[in-house]
Amino acid sequence: MTAIEARGLAIGYGGEVVVPDIELSVPEGGSLALVGTNGSGKSTFIRSLVGLVPIVSGSLQVLGQAPGKAPARLAYLSQFHDSGYILPIRAIDVVRMARYATLGLVRRCSGEDSDLVDWAMETMGVTHLRGKPIRDLSGGQRQRVYLANALAHRADLIVLDEPTAGLDAAGRESYLEAFAAELRRGAVLVTATHDIGEAVEYHQVLLLAGRVVALGPGADVLTPDRLMETFGIVIADPHEEHVGRFTIAERAHGSPQTIDTRPPAE
Amino acid sequence: MEALIDPFIDNTFMLRALVAGVLVAVACAVIGTFVVLRGLAFIGDALAHGVLPGIAAAILLGLPGMLGAAVGAIVMIGGVTLVTNRSRLSSDTAIGLLFVAMLALGVVMVSASDAFQGDLMAILFGQILGTGTEQLIVMTIATVVVVVIAIVASRPFLLLSFDPEQADVAGFPSSRYHALMMLLVALTVVVAFQTVGTLLVFGMLLAPAATGALLANRLSSMMAIGIVVGSLSTYLGLLASYWYDVAASATIVLVAVGIFFIVLLLTNLRTPRLINGRTDPETGETKA
Repeated sequence: MTAIEARGLAIGYGGEVVVPDIELSVPEGGSLALVGTNGSGKSTFIRSLVGLVPIVSGSLQVLGQAPGKAPARLAYLSQFHDSGYILPIRAIDVVRMARYATLGLVRRCSGEDSDLVDWAMETMGVTHLRGKPIRDLSGGQRQRVYLANALAHRADLIVLDEPTAGLDAAGRESYLEAFAAELRRGAVLVTATHDIGEAVEYHQVLLLAGRVVALGPGADVLTPDRLMETFGIVIADPHEEHVGRFTIAERAHGSPQTIDTRPPAE
Repeated sequence: MEALIDPFIDNTFMLRALVAGVLVAVACAVIGTFVVLRGLAFIGDALAHGVLPGIAAAILLGLPGMLGAAVGAIVMIGGVTLVTNRSRLSSDTAIGLLFVAMLALGVVMVSASDAFQGDLMAILFGQILGTGTEQLIVMTIATVVVVVIAIVASRPFLLLSFDPEQADVAGFPSSRYHALMMLLVALTVVVAFQTVGTLLVFGMLLAPAATGALLANRLSSMMAIGIVVGSLSTYLGLLASYWYDVAASATIVLVAVGIFFIVLLLTNLRTPRLINGRTDPETGETKA
């Protein structure tokens, strides 16, 4: 069984194509990292995957169905912009929301549901914050709570849009451990990330720059040339062979495909 | 002590007004909570005022004002949805256009006819002291409907307030539940305008819920605080109008808004986080 199957897929908004010609297949238990600049199509791909944006053309099957048809099997962490956040809810209420897709409108929370919530908060190290209003938490603490929400879905497909944003080193460590365990459990993991060191660990990496630059195992795909094609600037340590050590500088303006010919900064 | 209770024991109209006010307070606190959290104040305001031509038309045709108000609310919501979907304009602009058009239409209709001599004041500022038994029954039903729907839809409503996309992904279509929420706002406005008036129903929709937002850490406690503030305002407003002979509805809303500002002041004396930034829960430091 394939968890995600894209054939001749074009994604975009309102009929305008952002990324054309996507061909990919993620098997059950597989993982896919999306790498690219802002505006490269990562978030569009993710939003198409979870059914928030209709696809432009081609076909996309998610968990054997059209996107968005299996809410109880899906966890989605979006890039949150919560300025002016006034909602009076506690951290534990945010994590509990993860169970709503399964519970529906009126079914009561079972013991199993609250066990999952407790376990997810424990795993992300936010148990001590459970009764705190979410608006009183720091950005990093909030991100941990949102990640606990993603865990508490106990989903077959977990889709994360830049999950390490705002996390400190310890938070990043908990995140990597927790979601590696989710993969071992058999969940499929799709992550949009700027972290090349993390992306290289995935079964497949999709490099995006308004088109598919490359798709394949991390070690084959994350080469200096391809990263240059994707990001425009690559600052490499000449003594370091491992691809994970490449640092990517994003171009603030201009086409990401343009190769910067200036010598490396170092 | 007798001055605080006797007016309601000796006068049936005062007791009816109190019951009506508490019913409005309950409906307004429950749905007003979502209006405040989702930043829907402008559409709430527009609804409260946009129903005027509907009420005016109903009075001209000799139909119940509540029916006219309901039609006005439906035209308002439909118009806003249409303008937002068919143009690139933000819903703010759409709401503003519909709002001003409906209000102007209402004033034109009222000015063209002599039929409104005493009614206009009642439409704008309410007639809480003249609440009849029949109205009380309708209000009770409407309040029960609002509360029951808000309880049944509490999960999608919470997701919607948190992040509409999370509602969609969890299988609760955000557009559908937004429409349901707007219908509840409309129902509340239509039912409440008779007691506190179209101009002031808006205050009851916002002030008690906003006070709840200052104090509560949970959605349910925000609603509970809203209900207490709304009911207390009704009681104090009615009492003031009885003893000092001032307009009842306006006094009620004035008390509700007054309570909001007093609570705002007190919470900011205690901790400046609500305006200046947030407090770090571990160190207690406040960051900008």
